[in-house]
Amino acid sequence: MIDKLKLVSHVDAINWNKIEDEKDVEVWNRLVNNFWLPEKIPLSNDVQSWNQLTPVEQQLTMRVFTGLTLLDTIQGTVGAVSLIPDAITPHEEAVYTNIAFMESVHAKSYSSIFSTLASTKEIDEAFRWSTENENLQKKASIVMDYYQGDDPLKRKVASVLLESFLFYSGFYLPMYFSSRARLTNTADLIRLIIRDEAVHGYYIGYKFQKGLEGATQERKDEIKDYTFNLMYELYENEVQYTQDLYDQVGLTEDVKKFLHYNANKALMNLGYEAMFPKSVTDVNPAILSALSPNADENHDFFSGSGSSYVIGKAVNTEDDDWDF
Amino acid sequence: MLLQADSTRESTVGSVDGVTDAGVDAGDVDIVFFSSISGNTARFVEKLGRPAARIPLYPKDAPLIARRPYVLVVPTYGGGSLGPAVPRQVIRFLNDERNRSLIRGVIGAGNTNFGEAFCLAGDIIAQKCGVPHMYRFEVFGTPDDVATVHEGLEEFWKQQP
Repeated sequence: MIDKLKLVSHVDAINWNKIEDEKDVEVWNRLVNNFWLPEKIPLSNDVQSWNQLTPVEQQLTMRVFTGLTLLDTIQGTVGAVSLIPDAITPHEEAVYTNIAFMESVHAKSYSSIFSTLASTKEIDEAFRWSTENENLQKKASIVMDYYQGDDPLKRKVASVLLESFLFYSGFYLPMYFSSRARLTNTADLIRLIIRDEAVHGYYIGYKFQKGLEGATQERKDEIKDYTFNLMYELYENEVQYTQDLYDQVGLTEDVKKFLHYNANKALMNLGYEAMFPKSVTDVNPAILSALSPNADENHDFFSGSGSSYVIGKAVNTEDDDWDF
Repeated sequence: MLLQADSTRESTVGSVDGVTDAGVDAGDVDIVFFSSISGNTARFVEKLGRPAARIPLYPKDAPLIARRPYVLVVPTYGGGSLGPAVPRQVIRFLNDERNRSLIRGVIGAGNTNFGEAFCLAGDIIAQKCGVPHMYRFEVFGTPDDVATVHEGLEEFWKQQP
């Protein structure tokens, strides 16, 4: 049980006309504008594509999505909520309630995918797998332990590593399918989840860095050691989890690069330098393109490696002509 | 490794010579950048170790006026449909014809997780100003990003008339 989680002891009426940290308003507006529901995505258009997957691919998909469901459930029910008592501003508390709700939307959206594509028997089997897979359960219990601890900064570290790192062994698969024009509507939904998690990781990481600002060097060293130790612990488990899922389809090494790439960004969200060198973060370009159509290498003007760089045609502009 | 939030370093980045009625002279810098209070872009620019000027955050701040050709570093955060991707502070800066005439390239910052919005502000400015979108990096850039951009800019300015 989560007996150490406490509630905020005192609450004043929240005044959105008196802002202490403008990032709270900016992120609140961003999250509200990004709001979506799975019902808006035409998942049923993926039924034909689903039927063309092999039984192994179908089972893999179900397992990956139950794993993601578990993480979103944790983050919605415990993770984001556990950050509320540590908030510095009332608006920060409100942002966490938004994050918590959206995680519950994410968790529910996997069930929309399941009910559209799979039978009750397949769904039940996948959920049973999620409770029986040791590495999935271990990653859940590692994060849950830190959420129940009594250190606000450590909770934020665990939260950012979940939002910005732990999801990606799962997110890989729909991006992989999308790059092959399979389950493309499902991929659209997953991209919305990815976008949300990116804002969450950015915001919680920002609040973490704010919290660390006034700390002693000793405390900063302690938190940094803790962060990298937790990252190593989670990474080691994540590699095993990746093997459990992807060995059977021969994609494990490709997924690991994606893990390294995202581990670096998770650390950067916390203000730390990237840990994995370029040689192991060379994510398959097809996966990057599935993530963001702008993420290809052709934009590196400096290296000359790309075939071309984007140069817009000059547009005559008047001084007031900047209505983007 | 620096741990404090980058907003505290605002005063250490940039070389502002002085404030006039017309605005703040950007000084002898070849990088102009925008960074929100989370300071990721400021941190990237700081790691480049080149003279740089920061576009002011607030409307009440005196506007920045570029004095010599520069490359603009600009982030895009969040995706979705929240108004324009280009920060309003950057629009204000580029609305000044003196500044617009001196831009030579754009470097975008962001996160591929924002999908189509990844470095979108850089694309828009590159197209609007007819300059190359030279490079894209994520969050505050990896050491490899910093090295590539540093060397790239060194070469680029050598080749400029």
